[in-house]
Amino acid sequence: MDETEPLDWVALSGKRAKGRRPEFFEDPALDRLYSVVFALAGEVSVLRERLDTVERLLERNGSVNRADIEAYEPDRQAGEERGLATRAYLARIMRGFQQEVEAMEADDPPIGELVEKLGRE
Amino acid sequence: MTADLPPPYTALTRHPMMARTSHDEAARFNFLTHFNRYLSGTIGKGNTLAYAKRAMPAFRAEHGREPTDRHEVRDAMNRDPWHRTWSALKRNSMEMRQQNGRQTVLRQLDDLDARAQRYNAASGQLELDPAVDQPWYQRAIDIHCQPGGYHSVERAGDVVAGANYDIGIFATTGGALGGLNDGGGQAVVEWAQRERPEWQPKRILDIGATVGHNAVPIAQAYPDAEVVAIDTAGASLRYGAARAAAMGVTNIRFVQASGEDLSRWDDGHFDWVQTTMFLHELSAKALPRLLAEANRVLAPGGLILHIEQPQYSDDMPLFEQFMRDWDAFNNNEPFWTAMHAQDLKQVMAEAGFPRDSQFTVGVRAVVDPAIFPPSPDDAEEDFGRAAVWNAYGAWKPAVWAMAA
Repeated sequence: MDETEPLDWVALSGKRAKGRRPEFFEDPALDRLYSVVFALAGEVSVLRERLDTVERLLERNGSVNRADIEAYEPDRQAGEERGLATRAYLARIMRGFQQEVEAMEADDPPIGELVEKLGRE
Repeated sequence: MTADLPPPYTALTRHPMMARTSHDEAARFNFLTHFNRYLSGTIGKGNTLAYAKRAMPAFRAEHGREPTDRHEVRDAMNRDPWHRTWSALKRNSMEMRQQNGRQTVLRQLDDLDARAQRYNAASGQLELDPAVDQPWYQRAIDIHCQPGGYHSVERAGDVVAGANYDIGIFATTGGALGGLNDGGGQAVVEWAQRERPEWQPKRILDIGATVGHNAVPIAQAYPDAEVVAIDTAGASLRYGAARAAAMGVTNIRFVQASGEDLSRWDDGHFDWVQTTMFLHELSAKALPRLLAEANRVLAPGGLILHIEQPQYSDDMPLFEQFMRDWDAFNNNEPFWTAMHAQDLKQVMAEAGFPRDSQFTVGVRAVVDPAIFPPSPDDAEEDFGRAAVWNAYGAWKPAVWAMAA
């Protein structure tokens, strides 16, 4: 590459790591879908955090500009409030996974068994 | 309520060499930090349950016996839908961390490279040697999914590998390594100063130092010592040397060299030889060669110390061994499994450290607890990612005890 040419940082940042990637699911489309869904989940979190920054800056200064957004650093309390919000957000989007774990623990019988039992007893 | 909340990325100490994150780049790391904690904490026990309730009974039904090693456990669990799902989530988290780190670093690379060049030219703390080859076991695969490994460049002389490594450790460890990602090095220092308060090593060698985040705290704690941080990867050293210089730590040099060949240093040259989370990135043949060389350059009475995860032993349940092995097969750490299965004490004995000179000790990351809450440190939950380690060490006998 000609070193006077700027690097295409967007293209280069997505470079794959050498080494064959495990296939986690039978259908490769599902592997691709997981990559998209969780990248988007991350972006939603980022947007929410940015909005929180805007709100805090407006509250403090009555106006907002991009330089202030970039320079913003939460203090201890704001950091905890935002951390808690991120944790709650994750809990919402990960509910299906978390409840699957709970279900493994609970080992409920199929609902049909109860339907039958309640019809009987 | 807040005890298990990781700190925001902005709580990190931004030393002058660190890549600057935009608001959103920091927020991406914040998400990943939470995500990693969620995977190992909140839903991590799903693997334990899937094994106990599904994979293990299925294995027993099929084979009429229990699994006899961690590889059989892995084969069984790789068929389990929960473990596949969890692994897919974890792998994606690693990949997202890499892409975010690389975007951050690459978009400001001109500035980072210029800064590194300025620091390194002024400090003289960097010594590269193009004759040093990146060993095959580092080239065969990009370790922990870092594209290009520790050694590759996007253009001659850049600091991409080191700069990306430094900013991403926070997310990967859930913020457990402290403001400068140096909780491991701080732990080593705390142990050494408690163990031998009067000891003042003069020459210290850190092998596999990458960006020096664990060697710099040793240099800071022993300001009269001369620390040599070596690595085969010049791309990481370039950043590490500039990082140390930017932090004003002058008693450390970053030298491109292989731990397998320390011939440039005389026998007994160093008072202390250190490795931190490095031995698992070698190979079966490289490890004993490196330890033998470390033994040779270590002065009688000197200290060798390796910070690692606990070795697998017969006492460790197969399921735990399997979980600790996850990175070997899913996060490009191919020597991890064989290394942790070795009897490291025997390997060290064969390298010249008599067994009665050896010790093991548990250490945990030393961080500022006001900012960084404890890592999810229940090893059962975290399986190799908590900032809690085993140190394998030896004080080299001052007088050689001849083996019978």
